[in-house]
Amino acid sequence: MFDALRERLEGVLSKLKSRGRLTESDVDSALREVRRGLLEADVDYKVVKTLVEAIKIRAVGKDVLESITPGQQVAAIVYEELSALMGTEPAPLAISSMPPSVYLMVGLQGGGKTTTTVKIAKKLSAGHKPLVVACDLRRPAAVEQLRILAEQSKIGFFGPAAGESDVLSVVRGAVKFASERLYDVILLDTAGRLHADEELMEELAAMKRQLPPTEILLVVDAMTGQEAVKVASAFHEKLTITGVVLSKLDGDARGGAALAIRQVTGVPVKLAGVGEGTDALEVFDSRRMAQRIMGMGDVMGLAEKIREMADSGGAEKIAESLKQKKFTLEDLLLQFEQIEKMGPLDKVLEMIPGLSRMKGMGADELDAKRLKQSKAVIQSMTREERREPSIIKGSRRRRIALGSGTSVQMVNQLLAQYEQMRKLWKQFGKQGGKGLRLPKGLFGGGGFRFR
Amino acid sequence: MAFFERLKQGLKGVRERWSGGLSLLFSGGVVDEAFWENLEEILISGDVGVDLTISLIDSLKRDAEEKRIRTPEELFRLFEEMISSRLLAVPFMGEPLPVTPPSPSVILLVGVNGSGKTTTAGKLASRWTKEGKKVIFAAADTFRAAAIEQLKVWGDRSGVRVIAQQHGSDAAAVAFDALQAAKASGADVLIVDTAGRLHSKHNLMEELGKIHRVLEKEKGDSRMEVLLVLDSVMGQNGLAQAETFNKMLPLTGVVLTKYDNTAKGGIILAIAHSLKIPVRYVGLGEGEDDLRAFDVPEFVKALLGDNGHGQGN
Repeated sequence: MFDALRERLEGVLSKLKSRGRLTESDVDSALREVRRGLLEADVDYKVVKTLVEAIKIRAVGKDVLESITPGQQVAAIVYEELSALMGTEPAPLAISSMPPSVYLMVGLQGGGKTTTTVKIAKKLSAGHKPLVVACDLRRPAAVEQLRILAEQSKIGFFGPAAGESDVLSVVRGAVKFASERLYDVILLDTAGRLHADEELMEELAAMKRQLPPTEILLVVDAMTGQEAVKVASAFHEKLTITGVVLSKLDGDARGGAALAIRQVTGVPVKLAGVGEGTDALEVFDSRRMAQRIMGMGDVMGLAEKIREMADSGGAEKIAESLKQKKFTLEDLLLQFEQIEKMGPLDKVLEMIPGLSRMKGMGADELDAKRLKQSKAVIQSMTREERREPSIIKGSRRRRIALGSGTSVQMVNQLLAQYEQMRKLWKQFGKQGGKGLRLPKGLFGGGGFRFR
Repeated sequence: MAFFERLKQGLKGVRERWSGGLSLLFSGGVVDEAFWENLEEILISGDVGVDLTISLIDSLKRDAEEKRIRTPEELFRLFEEMISSRLLAVPFMGEPLPVTPPSPSVILLVGVNGSGKTTTAGKLASRWTKEGKKVIFAAADTFRAAAIEQLKVWGDRSGVRVIAQQHGSDAAAVAFDALQAAKASGADVLIVDTAGRLHSKHNLMEELGKIHRVLEKEKGDSRMEVLLVLDSVMGQNGLAQAETFNKMLPLTGVVLTKYDNTAKGGIILAIAHSLKIPVRYVGLGEGEDDLRAFDVPEFVKALLGDNGHGQGN
């Protein structure tokens, strides 16, 4: 997410960092790059203008020129302005105290409403009984799409009767259906429409009047360009939206739309879609996002994931063996499994600070296949071998390679990585085992270094 | 001429969204710093992209200097010409796809999720069946729920046969089957609708490469077109999409969809500029007739809001 913007800012700011002192012309040249970076990231032209001016006023001031590390100072200012622009607090979805809560999902065609609707419902189903309702009576097979997705995710579905053309009657039917079956959240998936289409916008307004909804969520494609602001403000003017969902953030879209939508409408981005699976929905955290833009890495996000994972109890086992200053291949296997549990590998790696700065470390190149192979190698070892890897010599290596469907080189690499990690772990154990730390050289052949 | 009228209506909005800015800009009478700044704003706000905008403005300044052009009106005409000629320098720009023997012509539609591939497939089929061509669909989007059903609805509308397998089956196999079916039944065109994929997803792009290879191998001497379906609200990421898809396939054209929106679609300037890929069609709505050949002069006029430039009041 936001990778390109982050890279650009990182580039500029590292140039600044390499100098002892910051002159006014340094600030100017840095801000030119900041401006370009933001514009390339599809941040609204006017918003960029305001932002750059604000940064300049603050950066050219005394505190920067007199500062010892001017680059950091500018970085801090850019970060502060960025996060101020995006709003600071994560905004949770509202649940009505008088059930059912009604969510009206709106947006342009192809923005990802149907997928997002199911993702939200799935997320809510942990504590609620959500019902998704197909209100898109225009696009061919849209109803079918929602029905299938709901079925796959085991979520309640309500669709129009065959030949139904009145959205409002579908809504009435859905509300009745929900109250009879005690669904407490109703998500209305509406047809995509142009914000300039008066007639269709009026249809949404009519739906709103009929209900009224607890949340009106605008789904915006993260790849949207300068039009995002106009789209958001048009929907906002007509409906008073309560939140934005940024979809398709798992691509390499720079996603600058998010910055501007908040600024222009004052409505928070609540959620972010980060993949095609129905689980790939995250709470949008603007602070975290600002950190990511600035190349600080998503340390918070990683910490959260690790905490979640630790609940499964695996962390204790590792901590246990750490205390005994022993790190075996079995621990490594356990760790591979936990990394897998953390979710798609590219997403985990994305959160690691500084990783984006490394050439050739694109998340795509680190496929989960490699992790699987590494696991297979260990799984092809005997218990003895796992506990005492030093006994693994030539013929054992060949057997393991054969058994895991990999190569002897792969086995060698894994053993080398293990050795590297064992040392690391030993050190780490001495530090007292406060938490987990990701090892070096886990995925690539030669291994890579985090910073 | 109801059809033509509708397109006109569709484009009217396109033109109006530009007219405000530029006619205002060019009616001031003086070329000063504010003038250039405004021009920059208009282009960037139109998703032309910051680098290309700066380079366009620089060339305009140079040209204006050379030709001693001083008035905003003349500058405007010069700028319009400049953008038109840049677009038209790309071979096949604005030309609809020819359907010529040997049959079947193969049209592979690719793009990110939600760009409008299936709808474009439906519109293309309707266009060609009305010309008396025999069209076959390949439902190679085997991933998205109900994608096959959606294409079947389009197939029913224009009487086009849909070759499909189960949801989740191998897309390349579907494409293969469909091509065999198209050959066997003497179809003129095979339209292959693929699953939307973000260009940054390596494995999905590989899958697309496989579909392409299969078609390439089996099509014989038939022509194959690979069209990138691009949403006109797309920002600068549109260029990255075009670049990545082009690297994998390569692309032979672009369809600019949802152009009835108020978005400007300026990213196609960058695509034409750096990749030399022609825009073949624009999509103007959800109906089967809402597709037309990309019209360069019209696009540029709309882009620059040429509604009687030079009007000083």
